[in-house]
Parts: sequence; structure tokens; C-alpha cells
Amino acid sequence: MSDITTEQSQNQKKQAGIRLPCIFLLTFQAVGSSIIGFLQTIGRISAFTGRAIKHCFAPPFYPRLILKQFMEIGYYSLPVVGLTTLFTGMVLALQSYTGFTRFNAEGAIAGVVALSVTRELAPVLAGLMVAGRVGASIAAEIGTMRVTEQIDALRTLSVNPFKYLIAPRVIAGTLMLPILVLIGDIIGIYGGYVVSIYDLGFSSGSYITQSWDTLQRMDVLSGLYKAAVFGFIVTVMGCYHGFNSGRGAQGVGMATTYAVVSASILILIFNFVLTQVFFS
Amino acid sequence: MSKDTYKIEMRDVKKSFGEKKVLDGINIKIKKGESLVIIGGSGSGKSVTLKSILGLVEPDSGSILIDNVETVGANQKNREEFMAQFGMLFQGGALFDSLKIWENIAFGLIHSKKMDRGQAHDIALEKLKQVGLSPQVGNYYPAELSGGMQKRVSLARAIATAPEIIFFDEPTTGLDPIMADVINHLIVDCVKDLGATALSITHDMASARTIADDIAMIYEGKIIWDGPVGDLDDSGNAYVDQFIHGRATGPIAKHAGFAA
Repeated sequence: MSDITTEQSQNQKKQAGIRLPCIFLLTFQAVGSSIIGFLQTIGRISAFTGRAIKHCFAPPFYPRLILKQFMEIGYYSLPVVGLTTLFTGMVLALQSYTGFTRFNAEGAIAGVVALSVTRELAPVLAGLMVAGRVGASIAAEIGTMRVTEQIDALRTLSVNPFKYLIAPRVIAGTLMLPILVLIGDIIGIYGGYVVSIYDLGFSSGSYITQSWDTLQRMDVLSGLYKAAVFGFIVTVMGCYHGFNSGRGAQGVGMATTYAVVSASILILIFNFVLTQVFFS
Repeated sequence: MSKDTYKIEMRDVKKSFGEKKVLDGINIKIKKGESLVIIGGSGSGKSVTLKSILGLVEPDSGSILIDNVETVGANQKNREEFMAQFGMLFQGGALFDSLKIWENIAFGLIHSKKMDRGQAHDIALEKLKQVGLSPQVGNYYPAELSGGMQKRVSLARAIATAPEIIFFDEPTTGLDPIMADVINHLIVDCVKDLGATALSITHDMASARTIADDIAMIYEGKIIWDGPVGDLDDSGNAYVDQFIHGRATGPIAKHAGFAA
């Protein structure tokens, strides 16, 4: 009996000895294939981005389509961006007041609102809102065109889909987001002004003077540069995921989700990188 | 017949998607002004054959010649030159949702032939009339039309640039028998009017018999029979016989593993 138990125990140890390397191998395999897949995706996105940039500068151009995208991406995003920056400026003024009264530093509120809105909040929040509104819409539209063979139809009609579909959207996104952000800056600062004057009892003149004195040209310009990069990211991600959309409704749905998620994450990453570049 | 009279020629074209071999050495020859219909079951490689000629799918090996000029591996500029002589009717119509019907038809004229929009508009309305639709339809959007009307518009778009070669991908799929017959006769008339070479793929035998001068049957990525449409019923090929009569039993069923 004792011999049998010993034998069983030895067998179990042997099996465990075999299983352990197997588990390690499988883990390495899974990690390795994930890394390879990730690098392949980066490669595909880079190649797509390169082609998109090339076609933005090479004729033929489609001015009618670029103007249409100016309207779609710029004009129709204005209410969303305006409301977002307005309430963000208002909340920022309220929160700053709550914090700054503890140190008798209420006078700095105007400057904090102006700097925060122009440098960070307006470009990042506008970028994220446009990613949700425009990135999703671009991915869904181009994805549906892929599924219904409209992109193939473009090719058979001797029209390059990169020039007709991708370039106008990327051009419009890159040019329109800075304009949206500039308007968002004004609305956001106005939101802080409204709360400070009508709710917190600040003097209108001194608030405007403080805001004006604090703001420097680079504060506004850095936000606008960031906005151009974010506009580029949003439109390229929307186009990439739509263009490579899977078949059927599920494929288009997935493309839309990936477009918004990847654009949002990239906006946050590039915001950090650009802030380092501009202000460190 | 010397080879220089062929408008389209495929030589031993192979294409696989991963492990799946879709085209396994396709050979096709179509003379100028002829209409070839490729028949075959779902998944037999019909659409990939068509897309290979159009350059939408790159073959793994083999040669595809248009007017004796190699198209496989052609650069973007040469590809666009080939495309300029093609017209294509897609299975689902593939009309551009965001454009009006007349803009869909005139698309190739405006963007490829660089024609003035006004002149292209007039030609689009002419083509609409040619496929039996009124000029008022020109101001509608694709979503406002029935399936049959969308197919007619798609046909009008395919012929608008007066192409030398027209491709038809399942032109009657999803249509009722009467509308299917109308489309078939429109295809024949339009191809004859243009003097174009036509390549169609379908599994609708009524459509194949109406459109075709010659028929080829594709099975498991190979052309297993080809000949004039008149010889189809006496092909002497068991696969062709089973397919054209739509029998559930036969060599195709055995290979597919669903024999009774």
C-alpha cells in the first residue's frame, strides 16, 4: 500500500514537473503573440497614416468634399465643444474659489481659469468630444462603405479612395479643431467670468485685466497646436478603423468603438508628450 | 485563333486566403465583344476571379492580361488606366449613399473623365432613360429607390463612361423573376449598344442563358467546363449537369459532404 502511494506521489511530481514548463511556454507564447500583434497594428496604422499624409499633399484635390468636411467636423461640432468648454470654465472657477479661499488667493482665479482652459482643458476636452462625435461617425460611414462595396466601386471608377475619402477628412480635422478650440477658449474663459462675476461677486474689470495679464501668446498657441494634432489623430483613427472594418454590422460596430477608444487614448498620450515639448 | 484577339485572358491564376485555396489555376479567354458568364456555387471562387481582374484582389501567382498587357503587379497609374476602360455592376448596387442618383451615374464622368458637371448631368439623365427610369429619379437618393431600381441605376453607372469591358456581379440576385428578366435584357442591350466585352458571374441559370455567348463553370477554384451557351445542356460534365438542373444529389453534393 505504501509502495503504491509512493509511486502515485512520484507520478504526480513528474506530471507537475512536465506541466510547469508547459505553463511557462504557453504564457510566453501568449505574451509574445500579443506583442507581435500589437507591433503589427502599429505598423499598419503607421503605413496608413503615411499614405493619408501623402494624399493630403498630392493632387487631385476635392475642394467640394473638403468644404463639406469643414462643415461636418467643424460647424456641427461647435455646440458640443461650446457647451463642454462653457461648463468646464464655470466649474473650474467654482472649484478654484473653494480651494483658493483657504489660502486667501482668490485673486488668482482669473489666471488659473484662463491658463487651464487655453493650455489643457479646451484642447483635450474638445479633442475627446470630437473623437466621440466625429471619429465614430467617420468610422461608421467608411466602414459601411467598405461592407457595401462602395469603396470597391470607387476603385472601379478610377477614383483613389485615399484621395476621395481619407484626405478631405484628415485635412478638415487638422484645420478645424484649432478653430473649434479657439472658440472653446473664449467660451470657457467666459464661463469662468460669468460664475466669478455673478455668483462669486468679483469685479468685472479686475477679472478681465487679470485674465489678460496672465495669458501669454504661447499659452493659446500651444493649445491650438495640440488641437491640430488631436484633429489629425481623431480623423486618421476614424478613417483607419472604418477602412479596415470587418464584415457585417458587428464589424462596423467594432470599428466605431476602436476608432473612439484609440483616438481618446492617443489624445491623452500626445497631450502629455506635447506638454513636455512646449513647457518643460 | 491567335492570342492577340483576346480582350481578357487569365493564365493559371492562383489565390489563397490563409490555408484556403480559392483560385487553383484559373484559365479564361474572352474575345473582344464577347459575353462570358461564369457559373458556380457559393464559395467556388467566382467573385475572387472577378475581383482579381479588377485589381481589387492581388493574385498569388499567374497572369491577367487586358488587351495583351499584363495587369498583375501594375502600379497605381497603370491600374487607373486599366480601370478607366472598366464598368462594373456590383451585386448590392454599391451606390454612394451620400450622392443623388444622377451624381452616382455621372461619378465616373466627373471624377475620372474630368467632364463638366452640367454635361455629365445630361448624360446621366440619358443613361437613366436608357435603363427605363424617368429623369425625376435623378434627384432622389439611393435609399429612396427599390432594389430593382437601384440595380438599374447601378447598370446606368456601369455604362455611363462607355467602357470597353463591363463586369456584372450577380446582376439578378435579390430581384423578382420579372425584374430579373428586365435587368437581363437591359444588360444584353447595353452591352450590344456599346460593343463592349462582358464578364458576368451568377448562379441564376435563367440570367446566364440570357446574357451569355459563352459559359464557364468554376468549381473548387478551377474552370471545369467552358463552351458556347448552346452546348450547356449537352456538356457531358456531371458537375455542370447537376448545377444547371439544381439537383441536390450528384458529384458536387458528394464533395461538399451533404449528399442524401
